Amino acid sequence: MTGEDTKHLPLEDLHNAAGARFGAFAGWSMPLTYPAGVMKEHLHTREHAGLFDISHMKLFVVSGPGAAALLDRACPLDAGALDISQSKYTFFLNEAAGIIDDLIVTRLGDDRFMVVANAGNAVEDEEHLTALAADFDAKVEPLDRVFLAIQGPDAWAALARAGIETGTLLFMHGVEPRPNWFMSRSGYTGEDGFEIGLPQADARDLVAKLLEDERVQWIGLAARDSLRLEAGLCLHGQDLSPEIDPASAGLMWAIPKELRTSGHFIGADALRSILERGAAQKRVGLKPEGRQPVRAGAALVDADGHPAGHVASGGFGPSAGHPVAMGYVNAPLAKPGAKLFADVRGTKIPIDVVSLPFTPHRYRKG
Amino acid sequence: MAKTYFTEDHEWLRVEGGVATVGITDYAQEQLGDLVFVELPEIGRKLAKGDTAVVVESVKAASDVYAPVDGEITEANGSLSADPSLVNSAATGDGWLWKMKLSNESQLDGLMDEAAYKAHIG
Repeated sequence: MTGEDTKHLPLEDLHNAAGARFGAFAGWSMPLTYPAGVMKEHLHTREHAGLFDISHMKLFVVSGPGAAALLDRACPLDAGALDISQSKYTFFLNEAAGIIDDLIVTRLGDDRFMVVANAGNAVEDEEHLTALAADFDAKVEPLDRVFLAIQGPDAWAALARAGIETGTLLFMHGVEPRPNWFMSRSGYTGEDGFEIGLPQADARDLVAKLLEDERVQWIGLAARDSLRLEAGLCLHGQDLSPEIDPASAGLMWAIPKELRTSGHFIGADALRSILERGAAQKRVGLKPEGRQPVRAGAALVDADGHPAGHVASGGFGPSAGHPVAMGYVNAPLAKPGAKLFADVRGTKIPIDVVSLPFTPHRYRKG
Repeated sequence: MAKTYFTEDHEWLRVEGGVATVGITDYAQEQLGDLVFVELPEIGRKLAKGDTAVVVESVKAASDVYAPVDGEITEANGSLSADPSLVNSAATGDGWLWKMKLSNESQLDGLMDEAAYKAHIG
């Protein structure tokens, strides 16, 4: 199942010991599920705290007097306007305003930023950012870290018990609490939670302490996917791609208003013309009728049988208690209440456009 | 007297009086994970060995279950519509998928018995 080029997590032995079932994702051998299974793992995260090994994701430090200017070029971002410790969800765009990757940028200091990028795009991201850096007085430094996420209502208490105070850290803020650590209050489940990049030895200590706490369980990639889908969060490679722009993806909230007219980021001109003429298709939430999941790739048609779009991500929502999906539909149909049909193996399943998320976000904003 | 056979695709068949009850093995349900939907076959549908008879859907993915032999569907396990997790909790019992009348019983000779199946999954 895994080839020679497959990358392995530094903590793979711990996942093996926990009985993980592995699968390939973005070039990595990743724990998909643990013996509890995806359903229980998903619900445990929403009720208590889930521990995720996300070391396949990549952290970069961008630093130097030109660091903010570099990021302002690479992303539709006003990096210099961020407060120290403030994080922002943003993207690398291509000239056509297509999303090369979606990222979180955190300002660590006057001239230092942390960029967290997706596993599948890490190599391309590094090349892209490094190439751009040649025009700026800035350095791009990929970090070698274990990266853990702890998510759920008990995440903060479990960290406190393990000796890590998180009290003053609010959602979408990040700090360097110890040497070579990066900790942000963020995540991809819709729950309150934290992401911590740290050296392997420290990670082993932290994992051991966290798992002593019965509120904390390892959670695999399968539940990570169902959690993020219920939370209406995009997965690059499915919901986002270099062919999809932020307007179509419904992610314009991530772009500061003044940058939409005056920004000089890569793709700014293309994005402006997309906004002027309006996106042809838009990302929406989709709720299939009944129990049958509708998966990525399923074609959508309107009541008259005309093509209406496609499903980008789909599965079952264990907390929602029904199938959940997101997809792209023709702009006039991108309104909650629109009734469509999904083609699943030749059967037309009624599917409604609904507002996202499927489960309310429970972030700690203040 | 019923006899049970197994396939390389991790199905079991319990054959009695020319009718086979078919399901997936415990090993298969473990690999699939929590099932959330089972698309059951129509009664009376004629299947050739290798045709997709049923689709089982886990949280993550849809998987085909193939007809292990030729035959005609005589019954589908309706209780799976309300509770697909029966396949996880009782794969070789209440989680059976369908029953089929065999049209070529000699095909059973090519299938495994329980000991051979256990060796197959290691």
